[in-house]
Amino acid sequence: MSHPNPEEIKGLTTALTGASAGAAPHLGPPRPRSLIERMKDSDIWLSFKASKLAMVAALVFVLMTFGAIFAPLLATMNPFDPAQIFLADSSLPPAWATGGDPRFFLGTDDQGRDMYSAILYGLRISLIVGGLGVLLAALIGITLGLVAGYVGGRVDALIMRIADVQLTFPAILIALLIDGVFRALVKTGNKEESAMFVLILSIGLSFWVQYARTIRGSTMVEKNKDYVQAARLVGLPVPIIMLRHVLPNVIGPTLVILTINLGLAIITEATLSFLGVGLPPTQPSLGTLISIGQRYLFSGDWWIVAFPGLTLAILVLAVNLLGDWLRDALNPKLR
Amino acid sequence: MSLRKLLLVASTTLALGITMASAKTLRYANQGDLKSLDPYTLNETTTNAHLGHVYEGLTSRGKNLAIGPGLAERWEILDGAKKWRFHLRKGVKFHNGEDFTADDVIFSADRVRAQGSNFQTRVPKGAKFNKIDSHTLEVELESPNPILIAQWDTWYIVSKKWAEANGSAAPTPAAATTPSHIALNANGTGPFRIESHQAGVRTVFKPHAGWWGKPEHNLTEIIFTPIPNDATRVAALLAGDVDVIEPVPVQDIARVNGSDKARVLAGPELRTIFLGFDQTRDELLESNVKGKNPFKDVRVRQAFNMAIDKETIKSRVMRGLSTPSALMIAPELFAFSAAYQSPKFDPDGAKKLLADAGYPNGFEVGMDCPNDRYVNDGQICQAAVGMLARIGVKVNLNAQPKAQYFAKVLKSGGYKTSFYLLGWTPGTFDSHNVLHDIHGCRADGSPRGESNLGGYCNKEVDALTDKILVEGDSAKRNQMIKQAFDITTKEFAYVPLHQQALAWGISRDVTLTQRADNSVLLYWATKK
Amino acid sequence: MLAFVVRRILQSILVMLAVALIAFTLFRFVGDPVNQMVGADTPQAEVEKMREVLGLNDSTLVQFARFIWNALHFDFGISYQFRQSVTALLAERAPATLELALAAAAFALVVGVLMGVYCALRKDGFLAKLFQAVSLVGVSLPTFLIGILLIYLFSVALNWLPSNGRGQVVKVGDWWTTGFLTVSGWKALILPAITLGLFQMTLIMRLVRSEMLEVLRTDYIKFARARGLTTRAIHFGHALKNTLIPVITITGLQLGSIIAFAIITETVFNWPGMGLLFLKAVQNVDIPIMAAYLMLIGFLFVMINLIVDLLYAFVDPRLRAAMQG
Repeated sequence: MSHPNPEEIKGLTTALTGASAGAAPHLGPPRPRSLIERMKDSDIWLSFKASKLAMVAALVFVLMTFGAIFAPLLATMNPFDPAQIFLADSSLPPAWATGGDPRFFLGTDDQGRDMYSAILYGLRISLIVGGLGVLLAALIGITLGLVAGYVGGRVDALIMRIADVQLTFPAILIALLIDGVFRALVKTGNKEESAMFVLILSIGLSFWVQYARTIRGSTMVEKNKDYVQAARLVGLPVPIIMLRHVLPNVIGPTLVILTINLGLAIITEATLSFLGVGLPPTQPSLGTLISIGQRYLFSGDWWIVAFPGLTLAILVLAVNLLGDWLRDALNPKLR
Repeated sequence: MSLRKLLLVASTTLALGITMASAKTLRYANQGDLKSLDPYTLNETTTNAHLGHVYEGLTSRGKNLAIGPGLAERWEILDGAKKWRFHLRKGVKFHNGEDFTADDVIFSADRVRAQGSNFQTRVPKGAKFNKIDSHTLEVELESPNPILIAQWDTWYIVSKKWAEANGSAAPTPAAATTPSHIALNANGTGPFRIESHQAGVRTVFKPHAGWWGKPEHNLTEIIFTPIPNDATRVAALLAGDVDVIEPVPVQDIARVNGSDKARVLAGPELRTIFLGFDQTRDELLESNVKGKNPFKDVRVRQAFNMAIDKETIKSRVMRGLSTPSALMIAPELFAFSAAYQSPKFDPDGAKKLLADAGYPNGFEVGMDCPNDRYVNDGQICQAAVGMLARIGVKVNLNAQPKAQYFAKVLKSGGYKTSFYLLGWTPGTFDSHNVLHDIHGCRADGSPRGESNLGGYCNKEVDALTDKILVEGDSAKRNQMIKQAFDITTKEFAYVPLHQQALAWGISRDVTLTQRADNSVLLYWATKK
Repeated sequence: MLAFVVRRILQSILVMLAVALIAFTLFRFVGDPVNQMVGADTPQAEVEKMREVLGLNDSTLVQFARFIWNALHFDFGISYQFRQSVTALLAERAPATLELALAAAAFALVVGVLMGVYCALRKDGFLAKLFQAVSLVGVSLPTFLIGILLIYLFSVALNWLPSNGRGQVVKVGDWWTTGFLTVSGWKALILPAITLGLFQMTLIMRLVRSEMLEVLRTDYIKFARARGLTTRAIHFGHALKNTLIPVITITGLQLGSIIAFAIITETVFNWPGMGLLFLKAVQNVDIPIMAAYLMLIGFLFVMINLIVDLLYAFVDPRLRAAMQG
């Protein structure tokens, strides 16, 4: 690509965070088939089995998801229930360190929360916020991308200009904005309940552009192919063509974006907590735990920041490794 | 290189070396900004302390907060405190060389009471300032006021000529829509002048050579930088990038004291931290109790008082750096403080009281709390939530940055809170302010009870408060204050928690006097 | 051709208008600025008067029209906190942010390209694996935590580099201050630039690696090999050159987001730039600063996008043909 056109450049921007727009046309035959079906009989599965790193990452991710789902069963206390937290137990070091308490294996935070339980519950929240956030982003992005690519013309121009505007505001600015609007609208609302919603919305609204651009690009290619033309000639309604025929053939790369974005979304949540618009400390996510813990970094209570930080890093690392592998596996040029 | 050149270089280097050695630059970082240099724009402790290096009042407060002479050498109280005569210091010069005279005081008295000033209450509205001669003036009051000068140490005197010449005769209001000269430049009589000022970034102070007093510092320059992030501020001190920081987060005190570069100056502060209840509305804004307000029942307020374990908050959240308080005023400011005791920590008793009041299973209530205003405010609120959970009260905590918190709970926001945490330092360092501002009955158009966010009201307390203001005899006055506090504590108007501690971080090369109102005054600093 | 340029510029103006609308309307809801400006004991009547003076009682449409009109004159009003013209404040802070962003971008580009090339050429080498591992860890930790760890390590524990601020700055011209001319300025720049550039660096590294791997596989390189060129000439003369064009373009495109993400880095390092000013403005509900900052960031993005699009339109013969056709 000695002279990439603007589209390719935008594709490259996408590639920065993992997805490759150029990979889309190479994906599978133009016959609509389910993703799982394609994954199974393609050599993706083989490549997965061949990549030890990907397997380890997948195992870690599954384990963490498992821990998050069954947090109430695995935890020794409910860190969200203030009646179970005793201030007198605060800032205890891990059980093996001097001054540690066997009841609290990984120590306690500044309020007396069991770190181990708090991490499990925090993991749960981080995964829910990150997961639903990127799903929302994908939903918005795929819909808009399909419409823009398929319909074209003014609709396309409008959607892409909205994308431009959106790109102007990084996730953090958007979250600050949404948070502010939300506060203004629900003045006396319960912040603990709204915070999660606000975060999901912020992530959804700030990450959709990549999906839209990728899907739009591949849709523009696909819509001129014979099978789409044929479907049109038969007289199928446009929504059906878009959903049943075009979508399955363009959705592949979004899986990569989705995976990589999950890591970004979790980090964004942590950063927003640091800037004070994340989840409240009474309902801590991994990010909130880290931003609480960083206050105690100089005082020697290292475990309050270290364990959630480590958990977050391992989680995002596993997700990124999976995304990396997925991108390479889906990119036939690298095979 | 010729010998002459070499000598020249050597001597220059030597000369530089000497100036470097004698130059004492003190670098100071605070959590908050210095936003406007106009001394009448924002009435806030940190800003007042900064500007206290540059401007001076007629009075001053010493290291122990005792009122002493300032620009006024002495004064007489005449006519039963209805008339005050001030003898101004002679030979005082403003930084631009002008002489300080009575005209500047009269000008400042008008300016401080003008529209847009945040210090209007410093000087009573009806007070008349009469010039006797260039350095004597009399203040005539409409009603006697024995504590007239209580806050005059931070009513800074501005040069009439300079302000008028620079279009700054009117105070810069907080909501200025045009930039003003005096907000960006300063011309006071104080021991330091402002060399350069970049709002929010850096302000450089240099000693004022013509200052009338005898400097107690040995500094040649002060560089002030705001560093809002706690970790960054502590790191800057530990790394030796700054010499003084305020505040040091309580959890980092041990770390700072453990370093060979810096140490912590800690002491009691006069600010009282407390919890307050909405006792006005017939139904709480944020609660599952409908049709009535549980906080109107004194038993509920008592139960809350008994459910909060102040000692554990002290040892765990404040790391020992607080003084649990039974009163809404610091013991340093009220002689009979020792007579009061907090109700015993007794969750079971509290639960029983709640049951008696008709809430055997507790209830749900929203709580407003700032998380960047007082020492560990967010953590205190979380701790309170846990303690109240144990008596069955489910508290939905809304911990928020101070900007949003104050916008919601203050008068201008419509007192939209059911249960809250607040801190209060009486500006006059006197009980009258506490009784008037946070215990007085709220009424439209009256300043009484303006910061009484929950609307506690007892006419008897109000009547006593009015008498306390004009009472000149201190023994009688203290008795009346005690009477008032007896009523408010018996009615559990609030849950007083503690007086927080001051914690300043200073380099081991620096000595500094810490004043209990948390004013960092570097004209008492020396550096090795 | 001209029609395309005009249309593209018109579109950019529309985008800017939309940004302005969003910036303005959303921030109108963040909170009441008047509460930030008065003390607890200000009478209600005076609060009302302030609202009137600030024009906060006018209809939203009137306020927006006023906002646009003033913005066209570079007038974003007076900061509620500092009582100084917002334009002057931003101009005063811009050099700090721009120098930081530039240093971060340079760091990301140079180190990212070097590491990427190395990883592509020594695909299975130990160092290549290590680089990739480090880069993955780099993107897996939140920026603020990396910043704090760097401060802890290099400022507090080792005492090598300053923990905050810009060091000694020198005035260049009427309104630019630079830290590039003093030793302390350079020292102060190192940690924040690394913190800010780390994320982009790993992205560039990964992009260069995969692009290089792709290019090395093409017939073009195979021909070059067949022609008997040295490996060095092939790698750097042909493969890297082909990789660099998109990489540099992307770094340019990313400059805008580096500036925006500087908010976090500036907060951690107390770097006196626009990001810190913005965050403080959010905390203090200083609407004029927030609005102006968003407009500025929006303007930067739109301009960068516009320039890239136009440049490619001029360069790319296919596009040029399509536009003429």
